[in-house]
Amino acid sequence: MNWHGVFERNSMILLIGILIMVSIGGLVQLAPLFYLENTIEEVEGVRPYTPLELMGRRLYVREGCYVCHSQMVRPLRDEVERYGHYSLAAESMYDHPFQWGSKRTGPDLARVGGKYSDEWHRDHFANPRDVVPESVMPPYAFLADAELELNELETIMGTHRIVGVPYNDEMIEAAQSDIAAQLDPFSPDYDAFQARYPGAVMRDFDGDPDRVTELDAMIAYLQALGTMVDFDEYEADAPENLR
Amino acid sequence: MTYETVARFAQTWGLIYVMALFAGVLVYALWPRNQQKFDHAARIPLEEDEL
Amino acid sequence: MDVFLQLAILVGCAFYAVIAVAQAGDSGMAIHGWFFLILFVAWIVGICMRYGFGAPVWDQTRYEDGIIKWGVFATAFWGVAGFLVGLVIALQLAFPNLFYFEQFGWTNFGRLRPLHTSAVIFAFGGNALIATSFYVVQRTTRARLAGGLWPWFVFWGFNLFIVIAATGYLLGITQSKEYAEPEWYADLWLTIVWVVYLLVFLGTLWKRKERHIYVANWFYLAFIVTIAMLHIVNNLAIPVSFTSSTSVIVWAGVQDALTQWWYGHNAVGFFLTAGFLGIMYYFIPKRAERPVYSYRLSIVHFWTLIFIYIWAGPHHLHYTALPEWAQTLGMVFSVMLWMPSWGGMINGLMTLSGAWDKLRTDPVIRMMVVSVAFYGMSTFEGPVMSVRAVNSLSHYTDWTIGHVHSGALGWVGYISFGALYCLTQWLWKRRRLYSYALVEWHFWISTLGILLYITSMWVSGIMQGLMWRAYNEFGFLEYSFVESVEATHPYYVIRAIGGGMFLIGALIMCYNLWRTARGDLRAAEGDVAEADARPAAAPAE
Repeated sequence: MNWHGVFERNSMILLIGILIMVSIGGLVQLAPLFYLENTIEEVEGVRPYTPLELMGRRLYVREGCYVCHSQMVRPLRDEVERYGHYSLAAESMYDHPFQWGSKRTGPDLARVGGKYSDEWHRDHFANPRDVVPESVMPPYAFLADAELELNELETIMGTHRIVGVPYNDEMIEAAQSDIAAQLDPFSPDYDAFQARYPGAVMRDFDGDPDRVTELDAMIAYLQALGTMVDFDEYEADAPENLR
Repeated sequence: MTYETVARFAQTWGLIYVMALFAGVLVYALWPRNQQKFDHAARIPLEEDEL
Repeated sequence: MDVFLQLAILVGCAFYAVIAVAQAGDSGMAIHGWFFLILFVAWIVGICMRYGFGAPVWDQTRYEDGIIKWGVFATAFWGVAGFLVGLVIALQLAFPNLFYFEQFGWTNFGRLRPLHTSAVIFAFGGNALIATSFYVVQRTTRARLAGGLWPWFVFWGFNLFIVIAATGYLLGITQSKEYAEPEWYADLWLTIVWVVYLLVFLGTLWKRKERHIYVANWFYLAFIVTIAMLHIVNNLAIPVSFTSSTSVIVWAGVQDALTQWWYGHNAVGFFLTAGFLGIMYYFIPKRAERPVYSYRLSIVHFWTLIFIYIWAGPHHLHYTALPEWAQTLGMVFSVMLWMPSWGGMINGLMTLSGAWDKLRTDPVIRMMVVSVAFYGMSTFEGPVMSVRAVNSLSHYTDWTIGHVHSGALGWVGYISFGALYCLTQWLWKRRRLYSYALVEWHFWISTLGILLYITSMWVSGIMQGLMWRAYNEFGFLEYSFVESVEATHPYYVIRAIGGGMFLIGALIMCYNLWRTARGDLRAAEGDVAEADARPAAAPAE
């Protein structure tokens, strides 16, 4: 019966061989990204998302926007001219998960922030073909009707903190009031909010000041995309920025 | 650790390692003594279908 | 004994479902909690009823075929469901005014597209792999499946995962990692199922009565082990709370991107390639009644394929913010991958050498051989597209969609259809299929469908790439983005027609399989079939 044991081990030898073979590639490619200093360049301006933008981002994920829209401008002449400065690794350093996408059935959205008015976005979400007749994008009229679900807001931010996004206690405590603050350009919390999230756009995105809707969050997120880094200051050719 | 040290390691030891693995697989597959074993193994699917 | 462990797992899950219902952190979990509760209780009741009439005896002198019959059914069912959703989303892009419904936001493209990809890859492909691996490992080890009731746990557990994932997409529960969209609790459940799958497979290898482990089992084993590794690393996430349907992935930005495409590309490499090569290495020799062309080549094929594949992921991230050294590494290995892939293709095709007439007489063999030809085609196209210069044009366009579908419809689809035809005939112990004429219809309709699909996507993809980078005489971009969308319309219509034909072919297959399982023989084919009824088509029982 001893020979049988040998063959049992053989299948385990096969298993171990497979494991060794398939783990090497992953280790060599993935591991260095975490400790090589120049994986992510250092830039000014990238901040964590405001609570409203963060919730908007979750809606972007929920609706599967990433299946048709990339958020990654490649350093190719036509892309830079069409969309703006090519994307930097630092710009998605707080993105859990990343939204670079893989397909452009619609245009890239990495720099869509500030490109269109809130009103344009409202009309476009209600029915894209009202604004762009050739569009094949689905209508998202329901976003304007849906109350934004906020009961998990603090825990969602807290979980982001665990994985490395620098939300501090103050930010998490003020999360609910920061939602209201961002929707009101004359908010009494204006200065405190801007101190927490420098440069964040503050206004009523969905045009309905009485309600906090999913459309508020979605447009707030889109208007923030690609606007954080000031590219007048960024030196693309500096040796520390070449990878 | 910098990119250069990682790259140098990969371009020398990594290359040798990959070539050795490939050679090992080739030797195992082509070793004459294994021929009979493989001929038998190749016919396993063609055997009787019930236990 | 093991039934109690299984019941304990299920009761534990049902208990969790009660808590999830009571304490749901969000509206998604509130619905999913009820869902689990009903499914797990039904499952527990099912096991109790089965054992209520006395513990089943696992007859070691016979193969476990009952679960494989279920697998054949599930594969066919999910195949049709997945192709149908694919057709719907193709029509949405072709005719947005007709196929989007403002009041049903959950039918929008963004939610249905993950449903389509998961249904065809995991539901259709996964069930095909589980069913065929259970069939092949028993026949090539000459031992009954190990683990008594556990193979049933694997089958029902995997299909439960699919139902959780699919309903989750419609509810908007997703973590947005392509081909890994299900949330943390679905991922945890799949991990349990997958470990049991590995143990059942290994356990069967351990009790084998055949000294050598046949090469098809190597591919299946590599598929099971590697998918476990990829699944766990890519899905590492922290749930917002234990009764919430949302989680936060631990990776961010560039690291998350590479982890995702390391996973994504190897889901192609180990799920859609290695696993289905396991099917090729058993079903083609078996159906053709000839040993594989070169067993030596199959060994070299196996080790080089699994070693090289795992490096190729970064070619999904050319010209992105991923460091260039990683992109280059991915490109070099992707080009190298061409060689082992074609080694495998040659091995599959040449198995027919000396019996090429079977391509004419047996449409099932022809389907599997054409499948291998599609494998060769897409594994040539893949390395070409992984070259940075080509990728700068092809990436983000429909060319990628066409490439994926030449592999998915041609290779994965056809080899699975071939295996389904074989399994139905063999498991239900029929002398031949109900109708070979219907197999011919299936073959020709779906082949034409695939050709329409991939050529239309090829043309539209290259057109998009060229339009996006076109400049006019003044040095400005010639086209706005939406002009490229408009120009794509006719190709989206052709694509939908192609997909529709593929679906019709699959429906014809289902009818044929159903009649075969019932034991019917199409009368008009009586004489032809008698002449054709080679031992291969009806193995000695």
